[in-house]
Amino acid sequence: MKELRQRDITRALLRDIEKKTRELGGPVRIMEVCGTHTMTIHRYGLKQPLEEAGIDMVSGPGCPVCITPNEIHEACLDLLTKRENLILASFGDMTRVPTGRGSLQTAVPARSSRLKIVYSPEESLGLARANPDKEVVFFGVGFETTIPSIAFTAKKARQEGVLNYSVVASLWLIPPALRAILEAGETAISGFLYPGHVSTIIGVRAYEFIPQEYRLAGAIAGFEPNDILLGITAILDQIRNGQPGVANEYKRAVSSSGNLLARAIMQEILEEKDATWRGLGRIPRSGLKLRAPYAAHDALEKFGLSLNERSGGLAGCRCGEILRGVISPPQCPLYITACSPDSPRGPCMVSFEGACYISYKFGRRERSKKV
Amino acid sequence: MCLGIPARVTQIDASGLGKVDYLGTKIRVNFSLLEEIKPGDWVIVHAGFAISKLDEQEAQETLSLLREIAAKEDDREAGP
Ligand code: SF4
Repeated sequence: MKELRQRDITRALLRDIEKKTRELGGPVRIMEVCGTHTMTIHRYGLKQPLEEAGIDMVSGPGCPVCITPNEIHEACLDLLTKRENLILASFGDMTRVPTGRGSLQTAVPARSSRLKIVYSPEESLGLARANPDKEVVFFGVGFETTIPSIAFTAKKARQEGVLNYSVVASLWLIPPALRAILEAGETAISGFLYPGHVSTIIGVRAYEFIPQEYRLAGAIAGFEPNDILLGITAILDQIRNGQPGVANEYKRAVSSSGNLLARAIMQEILEEKDATWRGLGRIPRSGLKLRAPYAAHDALEKFGLSLNERSGGLAGCRCGEILRGVISPPQCPLYITACSPDSPRGPCMVSFEGACYISYKFGRRERSKKV
Repeated sequence: MCLGIPARVTQIDASGLGKVDYLGTKIRVNFSLLEEIKPGDWVIVHAGFAISKLDEQEAQETLSLLREIAAKEDDREAGP
């Protein structure tokens, strides 16, 4: 598989891309929807060569930690700080996202309660089995990549009757978010680089409304540098031919209808709801909640928590605009001067998929490489 | 968050639990989201679950496409 990273191939692909953008008469702006693509582009030093080849990559909403709105973080803070005898299980980066009242990591838990970092939803269910005398709440965040695993775990909890287990569902669907970005029309883009791992679940067809209704080009790509360049090449070909479509440049992992078994489990356990994203606002049918038979495992229902959508944002943080592709991290006045991975002022500086974090981490190396 | 790693299946039991080998490390994985997985298959692992089986033939096609590009590149560098 070394070809996927081989430098001479990267150079050849970049030259081809440059030729194509020149033929198209100027720079082409593409949104990479997925934060892991943002990471690959920076890690392999592709950002600048792509710019030189006439491609302006702009980051999109593909960071679940980033788009989870303040009110959900606050609901989890309430659980941890006000409920005694509870374990809040969470993926690591969620615990460092600041709110107006600090983060889960800086919060002081209620008596006999604690925060536990887990790597997989199953691990959180294991905690519930091992601690039958405590309530275990999993802060379940993710896109379609993660959602089936969370749904499967909730299903298992019900089957096994693990009554002390519940989930704060912070689950987000990519296609409605892309529609919202296009409808808002704030960012002029000529194509989407679609997220590879979300696509393993939802398949190529899930994006077909985009070329059909919006005449916008797009390609699904894998996560090696040459995968991404193949995706960009496919987008340019569609633009040149005036035939927008959904190219699949990650065929080794993505099929046209996705992972049917995973989709069936999602369908069985979860139902769509309107949801409010950080930065993107309320988007119809863009979130998921547990279906009625699983209400006993829905933490918001179980503990009678309501989400306070007026809880507001974070003073000065411009993550919202970054997630919509309207500005890039250096355009935030707090970037580096007041906001860094050690003391983040917003989620985009916390997550490994956050545009600010990635820009901070790799931007320096890129800048120093130039000299 | 959507980080997924390609890994080779080394072991799988009847309940859908098993292990993969990732760069020499054995990792416990739940295979319940995939059908017909057997040792030797390559899968994408995300948050403790295998979410996609890698298609060997498709992988080879991408690689040979890239090798063609590399070959043209060699010609160019060796060219006049
Ligand atoms: S640099 Fe910090 S404060 Fe500014 S948008 Fe990014 S995360 Fe928010």
